[in-house]
Amino acid sequence: MHDCVLKMTGITKSFQGVRVLDGVDLEASAGEVHAVVGENGAGKSTLMKILAGAHAPDGGSVEIDGRTVVFGHPVQAQRAGVAIMHQELSLLPERTVAENVFLGREPVRRGLVDRAAMESATAELLDSVGEESFGPRDLVRRLPVARRQVVEIAKALSLNARIVVMDEPTAALAEHEAELLHTLVRRLASRGIAILYVSHRLREILDLADRITVLKDGSRVTTADASTMDAPTLVRLMIGRELDSYYPPRAAEPPGPVKLSVRGGGNARLRGIDLDLRAGEIVGLAGLQGSGRTELAKALFGAAPFTSGEMTPCRPCSVREGIAAGIGLVTEDRKAEGLLLNQPVRDNALLVTRATRMRRPGIERLLERVGLGPLRPTQEVRLLSGGNQQKVVLARWVAAAPRVLLLDEPTRGVDVGAKAAIHELTRELARDGTAVLMISSELPELIGMSDRIVVLRDGRIAGALPAGSTEESVMRLAAAS
Amino acid sequence: MRRALPILVVLAGLLAVIAVAQPNFLAPAALLAFVKRAAPLVILAAGQYFVIVSGEYDLSVGSLVTAEVVVAARLLDGSAEATWPVLALLVVLGLLVGLVNGVVTTLLRVPSFISTLGMLLILSGAIFLWTGGAPRGALPPQFRELGRGSLGPVPWSVLVLVAVAAGAICAMRAGFGHTLIAAGDNDRAAALSGVHVARVRTVAFMVSGLSAAVAAILLGGFAGVSAQVGQGLEFQAITAVVLGGVALGGGRGSVVAAMAGAFTLEALFTLLNLYGVSGALEPAVQGVIIIAAVALGGMSLPRGRAAAAS
Repeated sequence: MHDCVLKMTGITKSFQGVRVLDGVDLEASAGEVHAVVGENGAGKSTLMKILAGAHAPDGGSVEIDGRTVVFGHPVQAQRAGVAIMHQELSLLPERTVAENVFLGREPVRRGLVDRAAMESATAELLDSVGEESFGPRDLVRRLPVARRQVVEIAKALSLNARIVVMDEPTAALAEHEAELLHTLVRRLASRGIAILYVSHRLREILDLADRITVLKDGSRVTTADASTMDAPTLVRLMIGRELDSYYPPRAAEPPGPVKLSVRGGGNARLRGIDLDLRAGEIVGLAGLQGSGRTELAKALFGAAPFTSGEMTPCRPCSVREGIAAGIGLVTEDRKAEGLLLNQPVRDNALLVTRATRMRRPGIERLLERVGLGPLRPTQEVRLLSGGNQQKVVLARWVAAAPRVLLLDEPTRGVDVGAKAAIHELTRELARDGTAVLMISSELPELIGMSDRIVVLRDGRIAGALPAGSTEESVMRLAAAS
Repeated sequence: MRRALPILVVLAGLLAVIAVAQPNFLAPAALLAFVKRAAPLVILAAGQYFVIVSGEYDLSVGSLVTAEVVVAARLLDGSAEATWPVLALLVVLGLLVGLVNGVVTTLLRVPSFISTLGMLLILSGAIFLWTGGAPRGALPPQFRELGRGSLGPVPWSVLVLVAVAAGAICAMRAGFGHTLIAAGDNDRAAALSGVHVARVRTVAFMVSGLSAAVAAILLGGFAGVSAQVGQGLEFQAITAVVLGGVALGGGRGSVVAAMAGAFTLEALFTLLNLYGVSGALEPAVQGVIIIAAVALGGMSLPRGRAAAAS
């Protein structure tokens, strides 16, 4: 454990005059899982990109195995034994697993790519991490997200990586898939690889990491053994203040009238959906990846409509019908399905009201409402942090004042402070009479926020649970076969 | 206006250079003549802007202009009586071609590069078939008045241009403009926010078709009947829009900048002409400009993403 593989000292970096990193130190030993945490904007990703050779530091030094290295290009970092797994996976979906693992350094025989060698080497790598659900010839497109990460890991192993950087590897995973990844991470560590693990999920970090480095505003707050830490302490270190309670208090009054009701709703992905959403209530929607959570939200909204069943007040067959019926949807994928990245905050926040010719609220008051008060409405959304971007998407729907609001992973990739603000806002909307359906892969969040939890499994409703149910009971419903 | 600033500076610079070579260029009469000459291209660029900012292309406007002029000449055949009905017909024809472009692109999901290229070929083939290669008929003076004549000192075409520009700016400021840009920036996000993406894009194609009709009316008056009147105009219009800093692929740029881009292109042609550079070189210059403008647009895209998302 004291075999120091990586030593970054006094790393400094500025972008356009803004100091993003200010003299940060980071060490990692062979076989260690070292978590790096901090709010968005704390400098985690920049630090990792410097390690991976994607950015050059303005000051400070990087040592690998005691030798000072300077990377001008990611390939140099790769050769020095640094592998990085990105937030957005960088695999080619239409190529096979083996082709992805050996991308750009395919084994060659007589001038031609040696497929057989490539595939057998990949098979060995997959074997060594205990992966049996797919083989080297499968197309990456056909693999679920969790499996694609195994491909990334195989790639890292094939490069003989000494240091593996994982940037939010579980952000897109459901709980049980995250478990599988954790097992894999431990296995990698036991082979003497140093793992730098960036994540927003505190519980996961406390479970998985040996040491934790906390960054705040571009500086290192501390590095400590994970065994000496707990979640409240971590949060305090990350945001510099105490968060009394993780989640806002639940509704004091019983829920109001039914705002939306489905009986026997079904389409290609869903069957026999019975669901009531009531004013003032937050219903949590749980389920494994692929269980149909997003599909259900999109069916209720009209984006991927139900083809059978009854729905009141109406069964929307298009997004516009859904919006007209007073339904709103905050999509799971902020960048692909939510934001107009090149447009200013104002145009993003007013998009729904403009597109449907609704009465528009004043932009200042709207931004105030979602906690973006200090933001200039003319600022381009592209330049905002993940948390603020998400608030802009929320503002769009707050402006439309829907009777039913569907939130698909509203806090994914969002820092702790913004997360609390989004929770608070969600509860406020419910208190004002909105019926809220919230999807989250993070069970503690789902349980903390929901007044009632509905569990999906294979496109059907597997059951409902009251507020404050345990994670185990949710998982049992979600995963039972 | 802020986004149009760079191209306005370039335009001012070019005009200054022309004025040095030809001192009387800045006299009101000469300047009006320049605007009059530029008017058809500026109008086409405004129409093309709507399509490009929504994330598509319209390659059919050049042959649409030719078709409009040829049709008008054939129908009128030098007689003035039917001028107004024929003008109305030309407008309807432009809108109709735009509607077909839009429907084929949005509902049949044919990429606009192909659908409008197909329209270009269909129109030019139809013209050829109909005229047998040499356009027949003539445009009466009443029809040509719009392109040639003037109201007092101000040419009609300049007035038409002002009206078109005002209309375009208003449309972009209205809800329609915002939804159009939203569709161009991220059509999935726009659709999930209730934007009728297919409809706004189709309307954009119809605006482009309408602009081609207006440009044809002016060009027919200005230059008379020929089977080459619209040749290459689609590419000139796209060059002008790109020169104005409007991003191909949609979502970025202003209509004022697109129109300023058209003026800049026209000024450049004027300058080349002034220095006796062969007109045959114009396409080459255009080619260089469009490649350079797109490359520059790619370079100036902020790379702040890494800094912002930590």
